[in-house]
Amino acid sequence: MVLRGLSFFYVGLLIILPILAISAEALKGGFPNLWTNITAPAALASLKLTFLTAFMMVILNVITGTATAWVLVRYEFPFKNLMNALIDLPFAIPTVVTGIMLVALYGPNSPVGGFMEKKGIDIIFARPGIIMALLYVSFPFVVRAVQPVLQEMDKDMEEAAKTLGARPFTIFRRIVLPTLLPAVLTGAALSFSRAIGEFGSIAIVSGNIPFKTQVASVYVYGELESYNPQGALGLSVVLLLCSLLILIFLNRLQVWSRKHAAA
Amino acid sequence: MQRHDEIPSAGAVKVVRKPNGLGKNLITAAVIGWFLVMILVPVIGIVKQAFGSGWKPFISSLLTSATGHSFILTLAITAAAVVLNTFFGVILALTLVNQRFPGKLLFEGLVDLPFAVSPVVAGFMFIILFGPKGWMGQWFEAGGVKIVYAVPGMLIATLFVTLPFVAREIIPVLREFGLEQQEAAYILGASRWRTFWRVTLPSIRWGLAYGVTLTIARAIGEFGAVLVVSGSIINKTQTATLHIHQEFTDFNYVGAFSAAIILALLSFVILTAMQRLNRRKGV
Repeated sequence: MVLRGLSFFYVGLLIILPILAISAEALKGGFPNLWTNITAPAALASLKLTFLTAFMMVILNVITGTATAWVLVRYEFPFKNLMNALIDLPFAIPTVVTGIMLVALYGPNSPVGGFMEKKGIDIIFARPGIIMALLYVSFPFVVRAVQPVLQEMDKDMEEAAKTLGARPFTIFRRIVLPTLLPAVLTGAALSFSRAIGEFGSIAIVSGNIPFKTQVASVYVYGELESYNPQGALGLSVVLLLCSLLILIFLNRLQVWSRKHAAA
Repeated sequence: MQRHDEIPSAGAVKVVRKPNGLGKNLITAAVIGWFLVMILVPVIGIVKQAFGSGWKPFISSLLTSATGHSFILTLAITAAAVVLNTFFGVILALTLVNQRFPGKLLFEGLVDLPFAVSPVVAGFMFIILFGPKGWMGQWFEAGGVKIVYAVPGMLIATLFVTLPFVAREIIPVLREFGLEQQEAAYILGASRWRTFWRVTLPSIRWGLAYGVTLTIARAIGEFGAVLVVSGSIINKTQTATLHIHQEFTDFNYVGAFSAAIILALLSFVILTAMQRLNRRKGV
């Protein structure tokens, strides 16, 4: 009983009460107000950019992450263990430091960034920088979700298919992919969830230009910084709902893949 | 590639197919290349930039009192967050594994919420709750205690973003082998307390250590949530990450790069610890 009481107290104070407080605050102003906040042109633009960059990142991350997990599990190459250890680096590095690193490498004052600028490609204070920052901070999600499933996966089925004359691509599509799908989706959902909330690296990298490079979390921060909490409420509620939806999706996915594994 | 694929599809049974060497090498090279360019090169890039004008500016920017204060505050908040979240994380895990109560699934889902919520939104929630007019803030305000725009608020924000780590790491361990042994010890007459120290804790220690490491990493690196609740007053309420951000927005790039390198170095230490613990956990 004591354990349960302490648990309820802690989660209640740190998670449940804050959510109730922001919900109450949002409802206090009424839906029309909230709607006006969400559909303010700059807010909508930032929301669109957030989803656009998050989608692009997730697509790239699913491909490279699955390939990385595949290579790490199935192939041998020099420094494989070191690379495997370094996969988690983005989780250990503070997001602000990630942003600073990208500016140091691709900023206008750096050799690489200067070269790119001459070619007419802006990375820092532009959209490519946002996607690169997102790719950095969410790189481990897909790799670490897919890797254990690949390790457990029986090679028997693949070999059976091979002896029956299936082409490598067919084997991949018909056998490997269906087995990996739940893990890939989990990694994708985690990356996406991280991306729509990401703040630190983007605040540094994007330059935060409204309608151009301002994402939703930075918009919320901007409203708070200019003492307009009402304006911040709309997008906060949207982001919060997205987080809840992704959590529910991940939960369903887990239940589904467990059933799948049992069958 | 094209021709290579056509041979087996022709149905040549006699040909014993070797592993696709070319494709294998291509994928491996592509993966390593992507990893180097996207993840590792930026780390090298920042080192080069910070030392671009030699050691002196690097050292002197680290020795300013603002930098020192910010790192001390980060360490203090991290230490407090580790203590509180380890304590409550273990309790939370024990509750979720050993007990049944209505709404448990929902409760367990809520514990994961900090992983999914944007740090800025998290900070905003605490401003609403603990602000002078907030449900909790009123109480503290009446007692003369300032939470928001002060260090306590920054600690609370850090507690929120790091809350799930310890619980999430030890729940699977507890589920796997904790319960039966706990029950056995209890039936054999050990008190609950003794059962915990002698049976439960030893079985979860590596998972616990891993969770603590993740908590440390996240607490040191937290930025958005802490920034929102801090009000960012120099020397007083700046953590290391806020200090880096401040230096960056003030165009003091050497200062930002230098402090960022220190945090990056810390990340490598943490990563090494994670690696070691991961191996232990696996055994």
